[in-house]
This record gives sequence, structure tokens and C-alpha cells, in this order.
Amino acid sequence: MPSEHKSRNLREEVDRLIGDGTSDLAAQRLTELWRRDPGSAAAAFVTSRLDQLGEKLPLQKFKVAILRSFTVEPIVPLLRAEALAYGMNLAVHVGDFNAYVQELLDGAGSLYRFAPDAVILAVRTADLAPDLWQQFADLSPDAARGAAERVVRSFEQWVAAFRERSQAALIVHSLEQPRNTSLGVLDSQSESGQSGVIRQINRELRRIAAGYRGIYVLDYDSLVARHGRESWHDERKWLMARLPIAADHLLHMAREWMRFVMPLSGRVAKALVVDLDNTLWGGVIGEDGMTGIKVGPEYPGSAYQALQRTLLDLSRKGILLAVCSKNNLDDAMEALDQHPGMLVRSKDFAAVRINWTDKSQNLREIAQELNIGIDALAFVDDNRFEREQVRAALPEVAVIDLPENPLEYAAAARDCPVFERLTLSAEDQQRTAMYAGQKARAGAEQSFQSKEDFFRFLEQEAEIAPVSDLTLARVAQLTQKTNQFNLTTRRYSEQQVAEMAARPGWQVLSIKVRDRFGDHGLVGVAITHDEGEQCEVDTLLMSCRVIGRTIETAFLSHLAKRAAGRGCKGLVGWFLPTKKNAPAREFYAQHGFQRQDSNSDGSLWSLDIECSPLRCPEWIKLELKDRELTKGGRH
Amino acid sequence: MTPSIFEQVRGIASDILGVPAGKITVASSPETIESWDSMQHLNLVLAIEERFGVQLSPEEIEQMNNIGLVAALVEKKVSSVSR
Repeated sequence: MPSEHKSRNLREEVDRLIGDGTSDLAAQRLTELWRRDPGSAAAAFVTSRLDQLGEKLPLQKFKVAILRSFTVEPIVPLLRAEALAYGMNLAVHVGDFNAYVQELLDGAGSLYRFAPDAVILAVRTADLAPDLWQQFADLSPDAARGAAERVVRSFEQWVAAFRERSQAALIVHSLEQPRNTSLGVLDSQSESGQSGVIRQINRELRRIAAGYRGIYVLDYDSLVARHGRESWHDERKWLMARLPIAADHLLHMAREWMRFVMPLSGRVAKALVVDLDNTLWGGVIGEDGMTGIKVGPEYPGSAYQALQRTLLDLSRKGILLAVCSKNNLDDAMEALDQHPGMLVRSKDFAAVRINWTDKSQNLREIAQELNIGIDALAFVDDNRFEREQVRAALPEVAVIDLPENPLEYAAAARDCPVFERLTLSAEDQQRTAMYAGQKARAGAEQSFQSKEDFFRFLEQEAEIAPVSDLTLARVAQLTQKTNQFNLTTRRYSEQQVAEMAARPGWQVLSIKVRDRFGDHGLVGVAITHDEGEQCEVDTLLMSCRVIGRTIETAFLSHLAKRAAGRGCKGLVGWFLPTKKNAPAREFYAQHGFQRQDSNSDGSLWSLDIECSPLRCPEWIKLELKDRELTKGGRH
Repeated sequence: MTPSIFEQVRGIASDILGVPAGKITVASSPETIESWDSMQHLNLVLAIEERFGVQLSPEEIEQMNNIGLVAALVEKKVSSVSR
């Protein structure tokens, strides 16, 4: 079997590269190997080599603990191999068999000592509520209700106990439905039947999760249903090894967990770049023309419409869309805007590159135009050659492999975990419109003699307010995603931000900006705390779409003024350099701060507030909110 | 037994047990390979079921005492599936 040989050769190459100390290339080959043949055998190989390479790789680390009522050990290597393919080195801690309750409650136990970033609570209906699962027919309606209430109360207690002891994310498996209900079709006739009661528990579980930050429900029942309830289970493995999931589906379980790990660890794509010919429509516009290409409600055009519908869904989650196509501009634009079967139009794309240049160069330009990192791009193209070219030139781009059959395109794009989000902010939902404003702004900037004239023309208005329930998700999201104008690059969860805001002497402020071209939404965060007469800036960051418009100066001047108002004499802050935050490097120096100290992590700067000329630029209208508790609307 | 099935089984065992494929023979067993414990036995079973699209019974799993027996079992299962 030639593919068998290829697999073997790849393994030998990996070991040779590890022996030579060529770690980066070894990691690339491991990813290639995993992508060719994902499964238990490859996962064992990949994870053993990943452990050998360990610290030598510049991979993001993330710690996951799994608490469980069944055997999950064979899934762990699959999860870690899948994470490696997205540039992560996962450390996984598996709790003792069926010991999840003690582990959640024991604040000094192995779970909390592991200091996980995320915890998965994988408990099955059969283990948690054996009476509802197996003996439902024996239960009176009251007894069934009582059993359900007991389960809900347990979840309530466990979640509360966890939140008291940890700020990590918690992912709770929902309860699955039995393959066959005890009373057959009779069960579906009322909501108090077996499946109705389990549905009720799951509804309550969602309610409990919604009452906290960072508690999420994994819809285990839907996962099982999606892959087929009959084939998901393997009764023999359950009896033999307490493994209820069939061999074929272990990878599906691992991938479902990844859909949470990706957004929790910030490995998300901010933009999806799509090809046109044979990707967004069937056929080649330059050859087949407007009447020849296939896109519309009928097969085969329906397959391409399905992909377009997926693109629109992604854009509603705040993922920007862009086009990268080798075509004549006029032909392609005509199809985009005039073809009656198209669901997406050119206005839905925040950046467009239709030319004959190679795609990796176009992707670089698109990232620059959208002001995002290249690692925030995902790329979809039917052409294998183009995909491999991009992969080789820009390994940080998430390249989505399209299957042969166009009917499967939509699912391939939709299921890529880089598009998962666990919360949505108002900004996410309006992002495409914001980028349209950005284009108009860039156009206007060209026509002014001086920067100052342009700033006056912009009529910028900024609103600074303490973080509130309404803005918490966005504030945490900005700390997790902002790389360029970020002085300390400290990443915080919603839970951590809320905790800081409540601490005495600490301030968590956000800034919203709008101008004559539109609303930027909430684009900046500052976190400060007072130490005696010094106010220290823990975090100061701005979304890259507003930097260079003096908003950062306005924000800083406000921090100084506010600190002085509380009796502080000095404003101090670290600049911690990273690979990406060069735009913030000169920030403190440019605003009159003196360097106080430096070490291998960065440099400490300080400002004597009284003697400082730091002022809010006259062209920015600053509005201050002391409280923004339950106000509806964003302004 | 066709060489390709043996070769594939050997490849899987090499990955799962962390032993170079060249060192695995038909006689390799839990006695000769230290890492071959009960958890790795389960992982081996799962990898084989997944790769060949077969399901192994508890009796069959118990009898997989060396690589030759594993390959013979897979050979039998695969031919009965394709028939």
C-alpha cells in the first residue's frame, strides 16, 4: 500500500529531524502526518514525539482537565494531536474514575493543583441518573420529577463549588437521551416522559451555566445524534473497559472538545478568505461566463449556495470575509454583484484581491488591509495546489481542505473550529459594516494636508466608562485578542476581569469611539490599580482599527487625570515587548514618561502627573460615564 | 496472511506501543514488549477497529496475545466483512 509507505516514511523523517534538532520542521511534519491519517495510531505517534520535542517548540500552551464517569484515556492523544494541528501544546489532566464530585469539591486536590485553563465535566446520564436511564418505567411521575430535581441540584452545587475554587472555564456535558425510551412511542406523547424529563434537566443545566461567567454546556446529546446514536455506542467496550464510545467516534469526541478549546485559548480566525471559481460558484467565470457558472437553489448550484449561506452565518459571528481569486477583475465582480443565484455580494467582503498574483502575497496584503495578524486568517480554496502553496509560504494561516464533493463544502468550512466563539459582542455582529466605514476613512485621509485637519474632520467622540455587565464580555475578549497596541499583553477571562473590577483600588475602564463615518464600538481597555501615591497601569490596549488617531492619547490623559483626582502623584506602567506589539513600544516615551527600570521582561515607565503636559487632544470629544449598570443600548 | 495486513498491523502496533516497526515480529507479545499493558492493549484494539472498520468481541480481544495472532484475526475479520 503506497499510502502506508508514505506514512512510514513521514514517521522516519520526523525521528530524523528530531535527532538533528530541527524541531520546527519536525512539528510541521507531525501536523502533516496527522492531517493525512487522523486516528488512534497516528495520535499515539504524534503525542509521543510531541512530548520529546516539548519545550523546544514555540507552541501555545493550554491546560485541560477532564473529570469523568467513563474511560476517556484513549481520547486524550487524539485531542492533543488535533490541538497540535492548530499550533497548541495541550497538557491534559484526567481525573480519577468516577471521582468527579470529590475532585470538584476538594480545593486542595489534584484538579486545582493542576491549575487548569479549562475543565471538562464528562458525566453520562446512565451514571448520574441510573433511575431515569434504566428504571424509568418503574417511577411514578412524582418520583421521576424528584429524580430530575436531584440531578439539577447536584449540577447547581458542583458548578458553584467549582466557581468558588477556580476561575478556569468549565465545560459541562449535557445529558444524552436513551437509544430507546422505556415506554416506546408513548414516551413522546408528553413532556413528563423519559425523554421529556431529560430535556428538562438539560434546560436547567443551560440556565445554571448562564448564571455564571465561563461555564459552558457541551450538547452531548446532539453530538451523539449527529453521528448516529446506534453507531456511537459500543456496549462491549463499555462492559470490558468502561469505554462507552465506539472506536470510530473517539475522534469526534476529541474534535467536539476542540470546538471549546479553540475559542477559550484564543486560537480563532478573525477573517475567512475565499476563492471564487469552483469554490463560491461552480465553473470558471472567465471561461463559462455568467450563464455557464453554477450557483442557485437547484443542484449543483445549491452546493455553492450552501457554502455562501455558511459564509453569511460566519459573518454574523463577527468573522470578516475576503476574496482572493485569480481572475479578471471585471468578470469576477460582474458575477459577484449581478448573478441572480448569489447570496453573498461584494459588499459582504471587507477586502477583495482579484488578480493574477500568487495567493500567499494576496493573503499578506489582506491581513494588512484588515489590520489583523496573518495567523488570524483562514483560507478556503478548491484547488489543492493553491492550498499547499499557502500552507508552505504561510504556515500560520488556517487552511481549510475542501473535500472532492461540492455538496460537502459548506460543512467543511462550518466545522473548522477556528470559527467557534463562546460569546458574541455587539461589535462582533457589526464588524463588516465597521470595516466599510474604515475604507471611507482611509479614502478621506488622503485628501487632507495635515493629520490635524483630518482629525478635526473626523469629529471623533470617545466615551470612557467602568466595565459593566454589558461590556464585560467584550473587555475580556479584547484582552485575549489584542496583540499590536497592547502594552502588557496580559490575557484575562471574563471571570478575572470581573474580579479585578470588584477589587478595592482597582479600575477597569473601557472606551467606545465613534466618528463621522460610523461607530467603532468598544475598542480599548485600561486596567489600573493604586499603590500608595502611584497608579499602576496593569493593562492598556486599543483595537488596531483606531490606533494612530490620538484616541490612545485621550485615554492615557484621562487615566492620569483620574489618578490625580484620587490623590495619586505618579502614573507608572510596564511595557512588555512581544513579537507583535511594536506599535506600542514608543508609547510611554512619546507621552513624556521616564524609564525607571528594565529587566528581561520589559521596561517600567513613570510620569509625574502634576508636571506633565499630557492633555486630551482638542479634536476629541470626551464623554465620561461613572456607572453604566443596566442601561439599554450602546450609547 | 497477506504481507500488507501484517505490515499495517505492525505499523499500528509500532505507533501505539512506541516500538520501532522493524523490531516487531509475529512473535512479539506482552511478554516481549514492556509497554504492552492492558491500557495499550485497549488502544491497540481501538486503533485496529478504526483502521479496518471491524468490531472485535471480548473473546477475540482476549486472544490477541501476539502480533501474528492480531494480524490473523484482522485478516479473518476483513475478509468476512468484504464477503
